[in-house]
Amino acid sequence: MGLLRPLVLSLALLIFGALGQVPAARAQHGGDDPVAAIAAASGFDELARAIDRLAVSGHPQALAVVEALRAGTLGVRAADRALLWRDGEGRFRDAATGAMVEGINPREVRPIRVNNRVRRSLDAALGALQLTSPDPRIRLAAAERVFRARDPEAIPALEAQIARETDPRIRRVMEGARAAAVLASDRDVAAKVEAVATIRNRYDLDARGLLASVRDQPPEVMDAAAAAIRAIDRHLALVHAAQDVVFGLSLGSVLLLAAIGLAITFGVMGVINMAHGEMVMIGAYTTFVVQDWIRDSAPQLFDISLFIALPLAFCVAALAGVVIERTIIRFLYGRPLETLLATFGLSLILQQAVRVLFGPNNREVGNPSWMSGSIELFELTLTRNRVAIILFGFAVFFALLLVIRRSRFGLEMRAVTQNRRMAGSMGIRTPWVDSLTFALGSGVAGLAGVALSQIDNVSPNLGQGYIIDSFMVVVFGGVGNLWGTLVAAYTLGIINKLLEPFAGAVLGKIAVLVLLVLFIQVKPRGLFPLKGRAVEA
Amino acid sequence: MPRLSRRSLLAGTAGAIAASTLAAPFVRAQPAPIRIGVLHSLSGTMAISETTLRDVMLMLVEEQNKKGGVLGRRIEAVVVDPASNWPLFAERARELISVHRVSAVFGCWTSVSRKSVLPVFEELNNILFYPVQYEGEESSRNIFYTGAAPNQQAIPAVDYLMNEEKVQRWALLGTDYVYPRTTNRILDAYLKSKGVAADDIFVNYTPFGHSDWQSIVAQVKRFGSAGKKTAVVSTINGDANVPFYKELANQGIKATDIPVVAFSVGEEELAGIDTGPLVGHLAAWNYFMSVDTPENKAFIETWHKFIRNPRRPTNDPMEAHVIGFNMWVQAVQKAGAPDPDPVIDAMIGVAVPNLTGSIAAMMPNHHITKPVLIGEIQADGQFNVVWQTRGTVVGDEWSDYLEGSKDLIADWRAPMRCGNFNVRTGRCGGQG
Repeated sequence: MGLLRPLVLSLALLIFGALGQVPAARAQHGGDDPVAAIAAASGFDELARAIDRLAVSGHPQALAVVEALRAGTLGVRAADRALLWRDGEGRFRDAATGAMVEGINPREVRPIRVNNRVRRSLDAALGALQLTSPDPRIRLAAAERVFRARDPEAIPALEAQIARETDPRIRRVMEGARAAAVLASDRDVAAKVEAVATIRNRYDLDARGLLASVRDQPPEVMDAAAAAIRAIDRHLALVHAAQDVVFGLSLGSVLLLAAIGLAITFGVMGVINMAHGEMVMIGAYTTFVVQDWIRDSAPQLFDISLFIALPLAFCVAALAGVVIERTIIRFLYGRPLETLLATFGLSLILQQAVRVLFGPNNREVGNPSWMSGSIELFELTLTRNRVAIILFGFAVFFALLLVIRRSRFGLEMRAVTQNRRMAGSMGIRTPWVDSLTFALGSGVAGLAGVALSQIDNVSPNLGQGYIIDSFMVVVFGGVGNLWGTLVAAYTLGIINKLLEPFAGAVLGKIAVLVLLVLFIQVKPRGLFPLKGRAVEA
Repeated sequence: MPRLSRRSLLAGTAGAIAASTLAAPFVRAQPAPIRIGVLHSLSGTMAISETTLRDVMLMLVEEQNKKGGVLGRRIEAVVVDPASNWPLFAERARELISVHRVSAVFGCWTSVSRKSVLPVFEELNNILFYPVQYEGEESSRNIFYTGAAPNQQAIPAVDYLMNEEKVQRWALLGTDYVYPRTTNRILDAYLKSKGVAADDIFVNYTPFGHSDWQSIVAQVKRFGSAGKKTAVVSTINGDANVPFYKELANQGIKATDIPVVAFSVGEEELAGIDTGPLVGHLAAWNYFMSVDTPENKAFIETWHKFIRNPRRPTNDPMEAHVIGFNMWVQAVQKAGAPDPDPVIDAMIGVAVPNLTGSIAAMMPNHHITKPVLIGEIQADGQFNVVWQTRGTVVGDEWSDYLEGSKDLIADWRAPMRCGNFNVRTGRCGGQG
């Protein structure tokens, strides 16, 4: 009995839920009006079909309706099932005429939901409707959409547009789209074989996918498609190898950024700094604070937020570095084990401090618009944030090299590392140089934090994930050698990424570590061992 | 030392007993509260997810006490912090039961923490309510699983993609630990039983907190260019999801081409991402914050008032705790006492409304009935339900698709009382 009542209740709810959809189905008297058919559609399949009809109907408001539906601003008024959409200023417009409608209560308008099936129809419709757009970028996107839609009905429109198209790149995409449509149509074998060749000439994954999906066609077409797939695969094998190398460069630049500060504090000064990762984290949190402030008070600056964060992150991390060096590390010079334990404890303290200040949850650091999306370069897909980080890694590296080689401070730093007593007797204040060197290393780690905030989660644990990798890079490259760090970072990055497709991420990483252990057995001082007095000291 | 005669001792004892039993109703104006334990990590890596569950438990206790508690007694929540440390979970559980004398415990998130406390609950004979979707292959007399078993989440999601999106090729991506590995093993067996070729299944595991998704996403893209509709089934856990979805967006994988269906991504996880480029990717749960029912509306309202933040999302494990707590209250009322043994027996058959407009009933295998909802990510970070099961689905503890587990059933009712009964050999215990 105790079970019965809730059961009845749930049944009633189910039935009620089903009833709720009936009025929508009954209202389907839209007839030939394609806009009314959208309002009357019940279920996603019906909605998708209504959109397909609207796209070819030539209705003057078709584009506006499709765009509103994609943006989620199209709705149905409950009272009379009128179709309305909201424009950029939040005013309601009648979908059938585009005219403004006054005095609508937004609560009465129920937005029309879409799913992936409907979205595909919307994409195809948008492609068909925008083929003639005066903006070449919109035309290009439209042609790509039509290529994916493979709709034979689009052939006449495509042919008309191809004849008119002036931009050769867009024309090529349109010809590909036409070929895809021809392949899906019932045209003769010769036309289809020709279409296969046209599609093949795209030489990309989309073309491969399309050709691989060809089924139930005459043998000539099937053979042509199979040959085209082989040709594309041969071509793509090269592209993919290049792509893996680019991924490796990108991982390498992340490793370089994380390790380069350590190359100074550990490599040059010989301090085993386990809190190095936390300097990176401090840089990332500085970026978060900067962005948070920008969001609140100056949102128009968001796209340059990283440039504001860079000097700040450098200063904050460098300051933290000075404080750490003055209060802890300078008492421990020459005692590596104690330094290791002290800095490890320090890293835990810093993590907990950040946890208390900012909370345990990850903080959202946004990508500026110029760092989102990807660019196509020689058929390679390069994501913008990774490209930016590769460039930034090089910039930091060479700036650092310049400081060490060309500046007075760099000269003193090298003098102190090579022969402390001699440098001291020449009038260099060695304790100060130590502090500043440590600050420089920490500051560079802070810069790395700004870059890493763009690709990783900003959390108190951020630094932990990079500390082992950083030591790995510095040891592999040869302690005390900046060029070694550069070469080591890119070598490890590329090896890792070449292994990953075969071994998987977990095994790939293990394989890299094993290789590194073997390498250190053969060359214990790394790739580029430092020669001279410092080694003996 | 004065000698006590046996008679006076007896009389004294009898008198004391009589006094205590007789006086009790009059003297004790405020009956002792019933204690329940809350065993969720409030620090460490899991704190992000589990702190919310502690809060929701405190809210439920407060609400129940406003209604007069249970059996006329107040409920008191004892909160401990196992600090995302799996062995510490067992220690804290022992402390809750032996020191704080709780009647039931609500807690755990990861499967490894549940596995660590399971022997403690069985040894000390107490009750654990486990609120998170998990890999199945378990049924204990002392645990009530209010989260989804694989057949209440993973299998329906795959069915949806197969039937509605006509997916033929599957990339199973997961974090490298027990839940994704077991779930993918079940899915692999299920897909093959549906005629999917081994070539059309791609499995990949990544470490916790993985952040460099470039090559894996590129691999998925290549995998998806074989002319068959492709989908990604993601059991990627925790904050590794953020860079994963960012990389998907950056490499231009749209839901209309290669949809991603996730089992561990809810409203909370999406809170840190710009969901604009992710619109249309899917998640399978038994509850979404966006579900439009009066029960859910009331729950969200109470939650926002309790937590004093009108923007905090609600999620699936929170609903599981709501269901579990209400079931426990009913079972205690039915049993007439909060002691574990009668409550465990009273739990089976208890039914309470869930937040999505149907009824959750506790089944003999200690799993509950749940509706399965498939939601698409919206630009505002919420999910739009695009499909749901007609009724509710009974949680299946032993998967029907794995060798060794398909012959097993669990039934904790009177004659059988067994968590792994082998229907082939007719014996309780042991794998088939």
